[in-house]
Amino acid sequence: MDKPAIPNSFRTGPDEQGMFGIFGGRFVAETLMPLILDLERHWNEVKDDPDFKAELTDLSTHYAGRPSKLYFAEGLTRHLREVSSAKGLGGGAKVYFKREDLNHTGSHKINNCLGQILLAKRMGKKRIIAETGAGQHGVASATVAARFGFPCVVYMGATDVARQSPNVFRMKLLGAEVRPVTAGHGTLKDAMNEALRDWVTNVEDTYYLIGTAAGPHPYPELVRDFQSVIGTEARAQILEQEGRLPDTIIACVGGGSNAIGLFHPFLDDKDVRIIGIEAGGRGLDGIEHCASMNAGAPGVLHGNRTYLLQDADGQIMDGHSISAGLDYPGVGPEHSWLRDSGRVEYVPVLDDEALEAFKLTTRVEGIIPALESAHAIAHAVKIVPAMDKDQIVIVNLSGRGDKDVHTVANMLGMEI
Amino acid sequence: MTTRIDRRMAKLKAEGRPALVTYFMGGDPDYDTSLSIMKALPGAGSDIIELGMPFSDPMADGPAIQAAGLRALKGGQTLVKTLRMASEFRAGDNETPIVLMGYYNPIYIYGVDRFLRDALASGIDGLIVVDLPPEMDEELCIPALKAGINFIRLATPTTDDKRLPKVLQNTSGFVYYVSMTGITGSALADTGKVAAAVGRIKSHTDLPVCVGFGVKTAEQARVIGANADGVVVGTAIVNAVANVLGPKGEKTADPAEAVATLVSGLSQGVRAARLAAAE
Repeated sequence: MDKPAIPNSFRTGPDEQGMFGIFGGRFVAETLMPLILDLERHWNEVKDDPDFKAELTDLSTHYAGRPSKLYFAEGLTRHLREVSSAKGLGGGAKVYFKREDLNHTGSHKINNCLGQILLAKRMGKKRIIAETGAGQHGVASATVAARFGFPCVVYMGATDVARQSPNVFRMKLLGAEVRPVTAGHGTLKDAMNEALRDWVTNVEDTYYLIGTAAGPHPYPELVRDFQSVIGTEARAQILEQEGRLPDTIIACVGGGSNAIGLFHPFLDDKDVRIIGIEAGGRGLDGIEHCASMNAGAPGVLHGNRTYLLQDADGQIMDGHSISAGLDYPGVGPEHSWLRDSGRVEYVPVLDDEALEAFKLTTRVEGIIPALESAHAIAHAVKIVPAMDKDQIVIVNLSGRGDKDVHTVANMLGMEI
Repeated sequence: MTTRIDRRMAKLKAEGRPALVTYFMGGDPDYDTSLSIMKALPGAGSDIIELGMPFSDPMADGPAIQAAGLRALKGGQTLVKTLRMASEFRAGDNETPIVLMGYYNPIYIYGVDRFLRDALASGIDGLIVVDLPPEMDEELCIPALKAGINFIRLATPTTDDKRLPKVLQNTSGFVYYVSMTGITGSALADTGKVAAAVGRIKSHTDLPVCVGFGVKTAEQARVIGANADGVVVGTAIVNAVANVLGPKGEKTADPAEAVATLVSGLSQGVRAARLAAAE
């Protein structure tokens, strides 16, 4: 296939059909079509509505704690400069963390949930459903549902329920009902199927609060817009703190909402190198990874066309990642388009590399990152020593790692 | 141009009775058994066959059809084999319409043009693709119509009068009215409401309207068939297969016979539908 022509701007998508090039779209059952069109109508009404924006900004500030800080990771920078010197390179870029881990509920997920709960309220919906992988989106959904008085059902793969038990408990405390899904491998893909089945059954009163920038149009667009606060802030903060734009920005990509949130405001800054990190799991040779853009092919799942892990018959594969939040065989459609257009590089990071970065960051920064975010840090660890000292890298620290301590202890052969 | 579906529907209209449309999962629990089920359907009273194409992520299906799809995939079913199954059936029956039903991704990966060519050659008459609403007609619906294959659309309780024309625009063969919002295999909706909905759709189109989702018994088939041009049964058939499989998937009785017994009963239901309505 020919590469798409380079557009004047990378920030204009999607088109009216919800397409980013060949990706995106509205591949859903007829029962859901009227709901999706209704959602799009409401979204178009509120996205430029000053009252809606003011309400969201107020909540983001006083409830979620925005803006999140852009933090100069001095300990990690010093460590990577030592690595650089040891290699005889004498370099090592300055590393900044965008501290989404400091948000209320501990990750970037709250940005999207606050936006969508306000939308649900405006639409007069009575009930919230959500899917979750690591549980971060489930917790954020349960949180906003509690705050606004909605009953909330969270679908979560049974495997994830087991490996993310602290988040399951948090959701229950917040009043949500967590429904474990045993189909497939019991991970995010299966949770999303089950959430869609709930939605198709409860069309009258239910709002489906999708947690990532994927699914049928307009979800990829609206989730991106709610998450773009990350990149908008980071861009202004680095200009204020360093007086210039970064050389490289890095974020992990599962469905890809924290990544598109960081990337989108930088897409037309053509000197900024943008790198998305996929879960390389146990390596791309086998099937134990979730690197859909490195090892998958375009296909149709969960309402959109995007890169997917699938077999020659078009059956979706389950994939694997140490991190439940990246354990998804697809990716948001805008990432697929950014990949094919060449604007963003997508590279895999292995489970072991992420685990090392998790330990390193904890030790040299006193910050326990989420295993998802540790994938992005791991890539910084690889490339920063070869960069110059006057260069700048921003890594999206999309969430905190408290939820992962059981998984990590398990990997390290420890009991807690 | 007319298809086997058009001819069959016209014939049944002349006979004054609704069609019995039977869904089964291709390849469940294995290719040979599944083919024997398919071959048994017309003799048991099925007028139109819906041949299910298994998919790993059937988002609109309930537990019974999900499980059937997984059994089929475990048994090695692929789209290539599903098409082969249709053509093996076609070798012995050139009249009964076959509608392929499933999700888009396996077709997309197979390649739309190649799929339509091979489907025609296998004697396929129509397609129902759950995740292709009219907004995505360029993908498969329009190429299928050009190739001479009916594209059968689902209309649902959420499809209001404003939207109905868009849903009906490129529909051919028949309209499949989904009796309720929900996944396959749920309880049947209020039959009075279903009859009203069928009337509403018929005021927008001359196409036959078949009703599915939730029909499990001959009595339900009779009641629904009093107003609809066809009655679709799926989950009950898939369950008839599951019921004769042991815990390890071994057959405890002949699945084709189990399905034939069920379908014969349902067929009595649709044959009684208009008699009852005329009383």
